[in-house]
Amino acid sequence: MTVTGTRVVRPASDGVVVAEVTEDELDGGDLLRRIGGTSDGAVIVFEGRVRDHNSGRVVVGLHYDAYREMADEVLREIAAEAIQVTGASAIGVRHRVGNLTPPSVSLVVAVSAAHRRPAYEASTYVIDELKLRLPLWKQEVYDDGTTRWLGGEVSPVHRGGAGPEKQRGGG
Amino acid sequence: MTGRFEVEVLLFGRHRELAGQSVVSVELAAGGTVADLRRALSGHPSVGTAMEGSAVALNRRYESDDSPVLEGDEVAVIPPVAGG
Repeated sequence: MTVTGTRVVRPASDGVVVAEVTEDELDGGDLLRRIGGTSDGAVIVFEGRVRDHNSGRVVVGLHYDAYREMADEVLREIAAEAIQVTGASAIGVRHRVGNLTPPSVSLVVAVSAAHRRPAYEASTYVIDELKLRLPLWKQEVYDDGTTRWLGGEVSPVHRGGAGPEKQRGGG
Repeated sequence: MTGRFEVEVLLFGRHRELAGQSVVSVELAAGGTVADLRRALSGHPSVGTAMEGSAVALNRRYESDDSPVLEGDEVAVIPPVAGG
């Protein structure tokens, strides 16, 4: 166990160093410093940022809403799966909520792995899956003052079937 | 089992905006399922039309339509998500 600033960091057995939804400003460098050991030849970080345009409209801000309690659990599951699927060593992922303006960072995914390929694959896995499963929503705010909730992805879990999560009872 | 019980349903995103509140209550019969919950919500004046395309989570897990809803479950309707 190490102490970074006021945070106590426990290396998780599943390799997920941090997985959380937060109102705090995101810092990819912070996550990068918390992952990667002597056996990791590749350490990468992805930052998703709020951009100032979408579908031909000028975006002045994004409002993110989340089901916080469930989102933290789903994010951790996704990160753990990414490690299992790709063989990456460690992942840290944070998604921001609240009111953001361009070019604020809305998502950070940091991955360490022995080689670059599993690192990139794990990063992509986390982003693809969170867009399908993370209970989190965004509302665009345009320069004319109007707003719009984005439709998001329609995944299998939204058609009356259960998602990749295990179902109640486990039958 | 007999009787009915009240379920408090958490709302998010556009559902919360439509309803003007973050929780709505619906009544379910004992032994009711997620499908029954969907039917009950589809009759709700503000949320009803927006239910299509939404998932249901019980105790922070996505559940299929045939899963039972039990008294005391944490129930949430999850509109299509949009992270990233």
